Amino acid sequence: MAHRIEVAMKGHLADPIGQGVKKRLAEDLGIEVEDVRVVDVYTIDADLNAGELERLRAELFTDPVIQDSVVDHSLLCDYSHIVEVGFRPGVTDNVGKSSAEAVADTLGRSLRPGEGVYKSTLFAFTGKTTQLTCDRIARDLLANGLIQRWVIRSREEMAGLHGESLLGLPIVTERSDPVVHEINLGLTDEQLVALSRGRMLALELDELRAIQSYYRDPQVRAERARQGLGAQPTDIELEILAQTWSEHCKHKIFNATIQFTDADGSTRTIDSLFRTYVKAATDAVAKNVDWLVSVFHDNAGIIRFDDAWNFALKVETHNSPSALDPYGGAITGIVGVNRDILGAGLGCRCIFNTDVFCFASPFYDGEIPPRLFHPRRVLRGVHQGVKDGGNQSGIPNLNGAIVFHERFLGKPLVFCGTGGLIPATVAGRASHEKRANPGDLIVMCGGRVGKDGIHGATFSSEELHEGSPATAVQIGDPITQKKLVDFLLEARDLGLFNCITDNGAGGLSSSVGEMARKPGGAEVHLERVPLKYAGLAPWEIFLSEAQERMTLAVSPVQIRDFLALAERRAVEATVLGNFTDSGRLECFYEGKLIGALRMEFLHEGLPKMRLKARWKPPKLLREPLIEGNDLASALKAVLGSLNVCSKEVFVRMYDHEVMGQSVLKQFYGVDNDGPGDAGVIRPVPGSSRGLAVACGICPKYSDLDTYRMMACAVDEAMRNLICVGAKLGRIAGLDNFCWPDPVQSEKAPDGEYKLAQLVRCCQALYDVCVAYGIPLISGKDSMKNDYKIGDTKISIPPTVLFTAVAILDDVSKVVTMDVKRPGDRVYAVGETRDEMGGSEYLALFGQVGTTVPTLEPSRALALYERLSQAIEAGLVASCHDCSDGGLGVALAESAFAGGFGMNLDITPLGFDSNAVALFSESPSRFVVTVVPDKAADFEALLRSHPVTGLGEVISEKVFRLRGYGGVNLKVALGELKEAWQKTLRW
Amino acid sequence: MTVRTLVLTGFGINCDYETEWAFRGAGSDAQRVHLNDLIGRPALLDGFHILAIPGGFSFGDDIASGKILANRLRYKFGEPLLKFIADGKLAIGICNGFQVAVKMGLLPLFNGALTQEVTLTNNDSGRFENRWVNLRTDPGTRCVWLKGITQITLPVRHGEGKFIPREEAVLEKLRAQGQVALRYCRSDGSPVGEVFPANPNGSVDDIAGICDPTGRIFGLMPHPEAHVVRTQHPRWFREALRPEGDGLQIFRNAVEYVNWRLS
Repeated sequence: MAHRIEVAMKGHLADPIGQGVKKRLAEDLGIEVEDVRVVDVYTIDADLNAGELERLRAELFTDPVIQDSVVDHSLLCDYSHIVEVGFRPGVTDNVGKSSAEAVADTLGRSLRPGEGVYKSTLFAFTGKTTQLTCDRIARDLLANGLIQRWVIRSREEMAGLHGESLLGLPIVTERSDPVVHEINLGLTDEQLVALSRGRMLALELDELRAIQSYYRDPQVRAERARQGLGAQPTDIELEILAQTWSEHCKHKIFNATIQFTDADGSTRTIDSLFRTYVKAATDAVAKNVDWLVSVFHDNAGIIRFDDAWNFALKVETHNSPSALDPYGGAITGIVGVNRDILGAGLGCRCIFNTDVFCFASPFYDGEIPPRLFHPRRVLRGVHQGVKDGGNQSGIPNLNGAIVFHERFLGKPLVFCGTGGLIPATVAGRASHEKRANPGDLIVMCGGRVGKDGIHGATFSSEELHEGSPATAVQIGDPITQKKLVDFLLEARDLGLFNCITDNGAGGLSSSVGEMARKPGGAEVHLERVPLKYAGLAPWEIFLSEAQERMTLAVSPVQIRDFLALAERRAVEATVLGNFTDSGRLECFYEGKLIGALRMEFLHEGLPKMRLKARWKPPKLLREPLIEGNDLASALKAVLGSLNVCSKEVFVRMYDHEVMGQSVLKQFYGVDNDGPGDAGVIRPVPGSSRGLAVACGICPKYSDLDTYRMMACAVDEAMRNLICVGAKLGRIAGLDNFCWPDPVQSEKAPDGEYKLAQLVRCCQALYDVCVAYGIPLISGKDSMKNDYKIGDTKISIPPTVLFTAVAILDDVSKVVTMDVKRPGDRVYAVGETRDEMGGSEYLALFGQVGTTVPTLEPSRALALYERLSQAIEAGLVASCHDCSDGGLGVALAESAFAGGFGMNLDITPLGFDSNAVALFSESPSRFVVTVVPDKAADFEALLRSHPVTGLGEVISEKVFRLRGYGGVNLKVALGELKEAWQKTLRW
Repeated sequence: MTVRTLVLTGFGINCDYETEWAFRGAGSDAQRVHLNDLIGRPALLDGFHILAIPGGFSFGDDIASGKILANRLRYKFGEPLLKFIADGKLAIGICNGFQVAVKMGLLPLFNGALTQEVTLTNNDSGRFENRWVNLRTDPGTRCVWLKGITQITLPVRHGEGKFIPREEAVLEKLRAQGQVALRYCRSDGSPVGEVFPANPNGSVDDIAGICDPTGRIFGLMPHPEAHVVRTQHPRWFREALRPEGDGLQIFRNAVEYVNWRLS
């Protein structure tokens, strides 16, 4: 029988969580209530006596100092309505799961199979609430109907009840029969396409035909007959192929043959964007650097950190799941990329996270199309997911950004990145080399398998549509994963496994299928997979993307030690089969072969995609530049714009210092609130060697020119690193492409244009990385970032996040962006040009402009070399990247971060427009301050470069600036900082 | 002699590595030990002089921060732990470790019994926050970990750090017995008066850390292990600071105490 324990703060104490709900009700929904009290509800479905229940209430669920609680009764009586929110059956309930463990500790016995603890939350509202307002509160603030359910009751309705469960137990009752079906592929083209759509396979017609002819091949037929398999594919075979061949896993667009027609009508053929531009850039740069260890073929790129340690980096996106459930999508994204690092080489330890989000304005006041959430809710949910995932895993957040553009309403972008460290040698082996051998056992470790996340890989390979499945949404469980990480790092150092990889998209089908390539086959017994609940079909078990799992290859001689250690660390580890050299991936269920695919067909049988791209420069609207005389207001408006303003509120909620390696945090200056350019850590205790991490992202230029957008993004990341003291030749890069569907079709009638944008973008990536000497060590693409329901289609602006990392020899030489003392000279370093296109200034007037900032890589490189020499020589007191908002913003930020004013004259920049001088966003520029007695040396070192003295730092807290045409600006430092901080001070 | 420190790890503890380094920096032979290994062989603790429960998110802070680990230690390791304390040895709980200590009653340990007298709960802001705070040692404290320290700067990183005593009498007793160890203060050392952000969580009487009546068991919300070198400070590049971080002396005090009293 189920029992219910309700726990709440004692009546005389404040309830900060309830107060938070009250505040957000007012801010986000405009609903005013008098009071909100929160009650934690634990429903214990177990056979317990009254004494046991009382022990659990008193010793486990209640904090006697501050809380009241009751068993099987209602705790509150003073409210107008209550809303109780709990999970739907099968959704990960982390608190319920921990509680079950804790109940066992308290009772001195484990819960029996079928017994469980379930968490729900009751919100009690006082005020003029109605059923209708409560329903809105539940739907728009407290719960997500996809993963949660709720009930609403008035006080009168509750009067007759005595603590009965309102929601019912969230137990999965829906069962799939463990039956294997054959799928008839003797179909017409139209029927094949319908089959693909109906089963969520996301396969193209060409691919379906390739599968059709594989099964028609007499040799294959004969082989199948010998094994006892029919002539048609089984469901599990078809599903394995769909996952393995998904855009998500195989990057079909980046590997396609593209017929590119340029604006002048000339055409050329590009055989794989990946090989032609991305890999080619790395190959070109690799000749000049000696620190690349493993690039492009593992879960993450690996480079040398020092003689004893290697460093791994990976950035992933989790856009589609975050659109459906912002919290679950984001937390799954961050703990997922952590596993990529754990699965890189023989297993790296995560040492930092990065996070970059793209949203529509949180102040959006238009209609929200069906199945989408308001951007404010998406922002809050995604942020909370990344916060919980990072903080609970004990991995510090080091760098990030939040970027706003109206078209991210259709799909938010959630980039989660992680860096990791691994000894170059573990247990006597080079740590970046790994392989499963025939005979090695396949071992799955960590969480159990449920229906969660089935079809995640194929789902994210399509636009968000009406039928997008709720099962693709999951909630990460950082603590299960933390236990897994602790265990695997211990096992790694003992040399207890030969190969490791993550279970991400495609689940076991992908991890086993991938790992089986080297030995040349595998044999998996699916009934051995531990399940969260009964009733999964074998193909569901193999495809489930249930989280917190790794797949390993363990030699039979080590399996006992491996499993014994797993048990001591309370980690579930199960042998599922073994790797073979049969040339086939074979799946068994209860002893019967239910699927076999040739490894060669599985991995090489995918037909190459052939696509057309046609470039036609966009017609841009020339509009007159609006320029007023009130420079102070303009500067404050640009500082307060969404892309420029302070994101400190969000960053403070991330733990950015756990692990004790912090050197430069996200915010610094006299009040610890100035915006940093790059995060710096010193990951090896006792060593002065460091890592600097930064990013560049500028989708606002994409509609104008994706070539320049990409060039500016690489340059921005590079500048950020140069600012803190990175040196050329020591910087590695990583690209994450997020594109709207670039495959011409009825759904994407402008696919050829979008593909041409992609080609130009890749060209820029190659050009700039080769010029800058930045090898690309890893990357990822997400190619279907569109929303389409009914007649509404929203496609994101083409976006690339460029993440860059530099190895620093001595962290004590880093430079920061805050001005240091009055009297220091202020310089604009780099050339300011009239490049207002896409600028934050024009955006204030709803304009986009025409002239996108143009990068000149060779000139920029020469400048960076000199500037980094100046920093190395100790000539620079502060250095700040000039990006969104231009010089005006960089100058103001440097001043208020340091807590000193500036006296400036911008006329030496030589413009007849103050708006252009202050707000043009030309790349390759910095604001630098220099102590007066070092100014001559600084100027001499940079004499062949555009360096303009603009004035000096002053002790008075005033920002004073002489502009062109007798227009001057004088504004208190505090006012500038307030303008910058207030926009997102939530 | 070799001062040996056991740094607890497992189940979501996540500041174990840096806590180990901090003790090593202070001259102790520190070692990370998994909770299950300790529960499986309680005698393991006999070989150590200091027990550290580091920060983290043990069991995800589910139910309440530190609660599930507190219960597990109390049920499965209570006796060996009390014997360790009775032997005159030292213990520290940092952040989540402090939450564990108060919830299992290891602090303030008024009568040698594991009874919960105080709690650490949701910050007034309702948010997890990472920010640096100024801290002042209570001049009357018996805490041996704070010897010679008057004012320090450390980071806090928690969502549940608000200190609340069960009743006024508990607070009185803590004060009277020199068990209030550390308070949040302003940068000039003056009292905060429970105002955000100098008091980052709304703790009663600005209390950031307490000790047991002997001063040998210490718990605090701020992270001393996150400020053992100068470059961890948020303004190290613009202020004249000591070459070592403020937190290191706390670990050194413990090591020196063991060397003096237990050798």
